Amino acid sequence: MLSFILRRILLMVPTLFVVSVISFVIIEAPPGDFMDAYVDQLLQQQEAIDPAEIDSLRLRYGLDAPSYVRYFRWLGNILQGDLGRSLEWNQPVAKLITARLPWSLAISVASFLFAYALAIPIGLYSATRQYSIGDYVFTLIGFIGLATPNFLLALLILWYYFVATGNVAVGLFSEEFLVAPWSFARVIDLLKHLWLPAVVVGTAGTAGLIRVMRANLLDELERPYVMVARSKGLSEGKLLIKYPFRIAMNPVASTIGWTLPTLVNGELLASLVLGLPTIAPLFVGALLSQDMFLAGSVVMILSSLTLVGTLFSDIVLAWLDPRIRGAI
Amino acid sequence: MTQAPLLLSVDNLATHFFSQEGILEAVDGVSFDIYAGEGLGIAGESGCGKSVTAQSILRIVPKNGKIVTGEISLIQNGESVDLVQLDDRGQEIRQIRGGEIAMVFQEPMAAFSMVYTIGNQITEVIRLHQECSPSEARERAVEMLRRVGMPQPEQTIDAYPFALSGGMRQRAMIAMALSCHPALLIADEPTTAVDVTIQAQVLELMKDLQRDMGMALIVITHDLAVISELCDRVMIMYLGKDVESAPADVIFRDPKHPYTVGLLRSVPELGEGHSQELDPISGSVPSPYRRPTGCPFHTRCPDFIPDVCDVHMPPQIELGAGHRVRCHLYVQD
Repeated sequence: MLSFILRRILLMVPTLFVVSVISFVIIEAPPGDFMDAYVDQLLQQQEAIDPAEIDSLRLRYGLDAPSYVRYFRWLGNILQGDLGRSLEWNQPVAKLITARLPWSLAISVASFLFAYALAIPIGLYSATRQYSIGDYVFTLIGFIGLATPNFLLALLILWYYFVATGNVAVGLFSEEFLVAPWSFARVIDLLKHLWLPAVVVGTAGTAGLIRVMRANLLDELERPYVMVARSKGLSEGKLLIKYPFRIAMNPVASTIGWTLPTLVNGELLASLVLGLPTIAPLFVGALLSQDMFLAGSVVMILSSLTLVGTLFSDIVLAWLDPRIRGAI
Repeated sequence: MTQAPLLLSVDNLATHFFSQEGILEAVDGVSFDIYAGEGLGIAGESGCGKSVTAQSILRIVPKNGKIVTGEISLIQNGESVDLVQLDDRGQEIRQIRGGEIAMVFQEPMAAFSMVYTIGNQITEVIRLHQECSPSEARERAVEMLRRVGMPQPEQTIDAYPFALSGGMRQRAMIAMALSCHPALLIADEPTTAVDVTIQAQVLELMKDLQRDMGMALIVITHDLAVISELCDRVMIMYLGKDVESAPADVIFRDPKHPYTVGLLRSVPELGEGHSQELDPISGSVPSPYRRPTGCPFHTRCPDFIPDVCDVHMPPQIELGAGHRVRCHLYVQD
């Protein structure tokens, strides 16, 4: 098992390299660079432009060098922990990202836990009581959840919350805790605000997971080994968890890898609607203004998160199924 | 043999499956007795209700199936329990499953879960039915694996089923079924999924174990050779009915029911010289959803009597000691 994890981690190195190249290419793809966007902006504000100054800025930020030189310069800095400087914010990228990444992660993890904690028991229930009233009810709710766009759900919940409590559930903290130092009360306050984005971001995933869990388990319940386990005198509950459930979890576990990045996508709309200080709005801004160091770093971090998610799901899979341990 | 005490008595068992296509009468009025230490063979073509009969005894019929009539009496220490009356999820039937009555399944590949070691799956049943510590259970499992001829049982016990060959898996399956010393072992097509060479070994093994442990054995098979190897008595099934039952030597020497006769004729014999014409039973098994009226076999029967066989269900006729047949040919009036 340990050697499986080590091999798996080693395999991540070349993947990360490829990811960094792709990130860089994506950032470079649109014509022009930050200076062009900057000039545009100055022109709009009808300010005077000194071409010599623009050129010297280009030189200072290394924008004049050929792309491969800029790539390796960028990669080298990243490896030293320097993500570069955001041209738009005029701040170190690392500082911008570290200020927002924890909130993105908190929302991702919370919605992930929400989705799995809800989907697995419901899937289990629906499969063991197929075509019961409960199964139909969950199926209906699941499909509605799957079909509702995140931002619409966010708006609806905001409205209901406002009507019910008179408060606006925007942001991650109440006003009195916004800049307060960390304390137990502040954590509680965070949790009070976190559920809303978690529900908004997690709902679509929950509905999908319920279907996956239900279908898998229905397949597994018909397998001969379930009848064998029954013939040994095991009780239905123990049998269900030990045998078919574990196998049915296999495809669910393999979705963990791609759940993390989709949560970040889902987080964008939710963050815009709910006004959350997360990575996603920052990323959109960086892309719009061709702030390459910031955008590149965010792409790198999101891709790395995907890889970490995949690693995590592979480890869970190997733990669930001994046949996978030998692979790779 | 009949001096041994009665162990299990199945009386007029009927198990039907209810689905959208209709009612499938998988087992429809089957009766038989098994005495302690005896071997009973249940034979018939695929879909005749052999396996469902076995599943009914353990009350593990798949979820659309239901026992509609009949009694299954298990006699232990002079007390008789009707298994049909028990709650199929209850404590009582669960003690019997794996403890008093164990089952060996057809496909050892599919019958073991691939995500647990065979040791885990064998000790599980030992710990369910016997009071013992995990290490004792493991010792007993190793002992049982050794007894079924598993090479290096101390190591193999920690193997995953996918790492074992088909023959070894079937041995492990037998070890698992026997680990609690059941009074009755039901073997559902125990040799169908293994190689011919392994088949002989498995049969030999089951015969030895049955003799040594003094347990009764029900062998479900479509292979009459397996029955001649292991069984004292035979019951032939066709479309959910027990068409003929008799001591094994009688069936092979003097079959009465036209279906039994056909079944025995369709077995190819290995012989020297002459090539033998196979003599299959004409036609095929009718759809179980559209059972023929009267005798279920009349559509394929060479001795079909018009206006009798296709109208009336033949009664069960006692021909001699333990020889019963359901056929109009033997009705005396």
